[in-house]
Amino acid sequence: MIENRPWVTFLSHAVLILGVAIIAFPIWITFVAATHDSVRMVQVPLPLLPGDQFFNNLKIALGEGIEGAGGRPAGMMLLNSLVMALSIAIGKIVISLLSAFAIVYFRFPFRMGFFWLIFITLMLPVEVRILPTFEVVANLGMLNTYAGLSIPLIASATATFMFRQVFLTIPDELLEAARIDGAGPMRFFIDILVPMSRTNIAALFVILFIYGWNQYLWPLLVTTDGDMYTVVMGIKQMLEAAEQAPEWNIIMMTTMLAMLPPVVVVVFMQKLFVKGLTETEK
Amino acid sequence: MARVTVNGVQKVYPNGFKAIHGVDIDIADGEFVVLVGPSGCGKSTLLRMVAGLERVTDGTISIDGKVINDLEPAERDIAMVFQNYALYPHMSVYNNMAYGLKIRGLSKAEIEDRVKKASAILELNEDLLIRSPRQLSGGQRQRVAMGRAIVREPSVFLFDEPLSNLDAKLRVQMRLEIKKLQERLGITSIYVTHDQVEAMTLGHRLMVLNEGRVEQLGTPIELYERPASIFVAGFIGSPAMNFMDAKVGSDSRSIDLPGGERLPLNGTGAEAGRPVTLGIRPEHLERASGQEGVAHLNVDLIEHLGADSLVHGHFGNDRTDLTVRVQGTLNMGPGDTFDFSVAPDHLHLFDPQSGARIA
Amino acid sequence: MLKRVHFEPSILPFLLVAPQIVITVVFFIWPASQALYQSVLVEDAFGLSTEFVYFDNFIELAGDEHYLGAFSRTALFSFLVAFLAMAFALILAVMADRVIKGGTTYRTLLIWPYAVAPVVAGALWVFMFDPTLGLITYALTGLGVDWNHKLNGPQAMTLVIIAAAWKQVAYNFLFFLAGMQAIPKSLIEAAAIDGAGPARRFWTIVFPLISPTTFFLLVINIVYAFFETFGIVHAVTQGGPAKATEILVYKVYNDGFIGLDLGGSAAQSVILMLIVITLTVIQFRYIEKKVEY
Repeated sequence: MIENRPWVTFLSHAVLILGVAIIAFPIWITFVAATHDSVRMVQVPLPLLPGDQFFNNLKIALGEGIEGAGGRPAGMMLLNSLVMALSIAIGKIVISLLSAFAIVYFRFPFRMGFFWLIFITLMLPVEVRILPTFEVVANLGMLNTYAGLSIPLIASATATFMFRQVFLTIPDELLEAARIDGAGPMRFFIDILVPMSRTNIAALFVILFIYGWNQYLWPLLVTTDGDMYTVVMGIKQMLEAAEQAPEWNIIMMTTMLAMLPPVVVVVFMQKLFVKGLTETEK
Repeated sequence: MARVTVNGVQKVYPNGFKAIHGVDIDIADGEFVVLVGPSGCGKSTLLRMVAGLERVTDGTISIDGKVINDLEPAERDIAMVFQNYALYPHMSVYNNMAYGLKIRGLSKAEIEDRVKKASAILELNEDLLIRSPRQLSGGQRQRVAMGRAIVREPSVFLFDEPLSNLDAKLRVQMRLEIKKLQERLGITSIYVTHDQVEAMTLGHRLMVLNEGRVEQLGTPIELYERPASIFVAGFIGSPAMNFMDAKVGSDSRSIDLPGGERLPLNGTGAEAGRPVTLGIRPEHLERASGQEGVAHLNVDLIEHLGADSLVHGHFGNDRTDLTVRVQGTLNMGPGDTFDFSVAPDHLHLFDPQSGARIA
Repeated sequence: MLKRVHFEPSILPFLLVAPQIVITVVFFIWPASQALYQSVLVEDAFGLSTEFVYFDNFIELAGDEHYLGAFSRTALFSFLVAFLAMAFALILAVMADRVIKGGTTYRTLLIWPYAVAPVVAGALWVFMFDPTLGLITYALTGLGVDWNHKLNGPQAMTLVIIAAAWKQVAYNFLFFLAGMQAIPKSLIEAAAIDGAGPARRFWTIVFPLISPTTFFLLVINIVYAFFETFGIVHAVTQGGPAKATEILVYKVYNDGFIGLDLGGSAAQSVILMLIVITLTVIQFRYIEKKVEY
């Protein structure tokens, strides 16, 4: 900064620390709740400092779940979430790479038509076509399957646009050099384009993994079988059960588990995350 | 080893723009031909048609008598060096050179052998081979791009302005290396540039292109001594040739300058009294004294370049601008008069309308 | 758009776009057109026959006070979420832009809520505001406030807004900070030499220069509040009490998927579609080229 006024710097830090505290407070409370036993968790006021039941709660959450919420162990739901998030992220990346490649590097009939068709998906989030989409999935027999959870979500206009943008910045001469080297279209795609887009792919993967992991409305529509529930859905079930039997220690432990994978991805791949966020919004 | 024949080749783009109006050239085995001209003249288009990167609209291109119009670039037995080098940024130098050979299915040993040989020729040492292109200097990238061309052991080399991204000093050095390399390998080469110095120093023959048409095809000396048109005359040589409107004298043995001066002319057969565009190279204007065949230049500015000096001035009633190149330094200043004459051999006469050389 | 140099025509490009196009048509275009189609039909109670009713479903919605209520509620909700999340993020971004040391640490500590699912965000806040056990409820009681969002509509709305805004601060913070860091330092220095103090510099230089970012975020936040907060509402209040937190997305789910009112839900879907289209067009036409990172 330009002025060197200590009190301004001090104020800035103070505001930031306060902001961090407000943002982080719910998480701290969640963590504390996940470290006490269920008896302590019904005594007002609730504790502000951690207890010693962390591993015990972890064991119950992962292995048993809550009786009132169907007794589904978080371990299984985490696995479902992982499969769904990975399928969505990888699926979106693969089909978007392929369609961006076609649109940028080939002249073919209906090229722009396909482009606009993909663009339109931007304007049709699940929320505006709940019932008919559900019917399609039901008719295709995809309810309660991993395919039903992921495939209808993997069309992606943003990812296609991003790869299109990336491909457009790759110099034409590289394609020409590859052609002189004897590489055909698919060889060029796999040997040159994909490796050259790898940081963009990684950045997009971070964003899409979070997107996939946090899906809620869609799994709510297409799963009825408890074995297919994702962890995010499981939390909602537990909140309902909490009306009767508030086992907040287990609920909050599960909540922590549900947050952990995407939060870890954001914190440890922060650079890619920021890149992904800013580039997909362009 | 190959002979390249271009026969009546034309290029029309889908939008109707005609980039090449019909080019013929027969390039001998081992010959180095430079395509030169201002940007947009069609030189790159012609090269890219030989490479197979652009389709030929009309005419044929053949290598050793075999028409290659419809062959893929990879099937033409050519190699190309690009202006921006077009190195694959995610591959090591070694893999950049080896990529085309891998696709062709050469054995690992054979590939290694060829890459080693090419890097030896180009003086690229071992530890450079494992680096990525982004860690190389401009000159090194240039070498790698040439290495990629050499390992293919092609019958024709194509160069698309390969030196234009280098700084001036490196450009001169690489120019020399390309020349030596081509002579050593003896591979037929076609080289595109907009730089006339590069063209003059590199090519056995030059093809000067302008707006998709061939202005002249010949050796560098032919182009310099007998430019076929005003365009070629102005394009080749630095500083550029002086042009002025003039008239052939009534006896056909002299030429009347705009200012009323008169210079002697060889019997060129130009018809008496006809208007011409007269071209004189700055280096052919000699300092003179006396009256006959001498014109007087009013000096405006002198540029001292060290080995020689450029005198800028004007002469005659209508103040025709003229540049003169004299050896050494000149002890003159603005306002002084510089008397000059020209040997009749060094007068170039062009038709003012068509721009074509007169006899 | 298209490379100057491209591959020869063949069947390949069709195969390449096929997966994306098939999914788009089957799961996007077809259902959306079904929604359009159903929005002009009425089905009898047993689903045995349908009747073409032109725009009756829309006219009915226009006269339905529940729907109009949900509409104005959503508008208020979106405005408050966007305003809170952006204002809070802007203050933090200004401070983070000022500090030299620890900037990245603060960023790390502030951006992670982006990764938290809406439902999970709902769970965090509903726990703290639990009417009998919640810590904040306890603190509020100490201040004389009687908190029970299960019975008190405005309190339920407040809770949903807090949870939704909390999650969105991270995103806004990131973009505001990037926007401010993209302003050339020399500009700020020039203003300082001209005698402008920190506050004045912010309002006369920084704030106008990040206004494209602000506008972009406004659109994004409204889209977020409209469509991505379903999980929060579903987890925290289920639209209650007495529809006090029933926003449009929740209503369309509830009427269609739970209440099975095909025509009415389809008409609601179509209206939502128009809203998304409008927002998308605004985003692409007026923002795309102006935002810089």
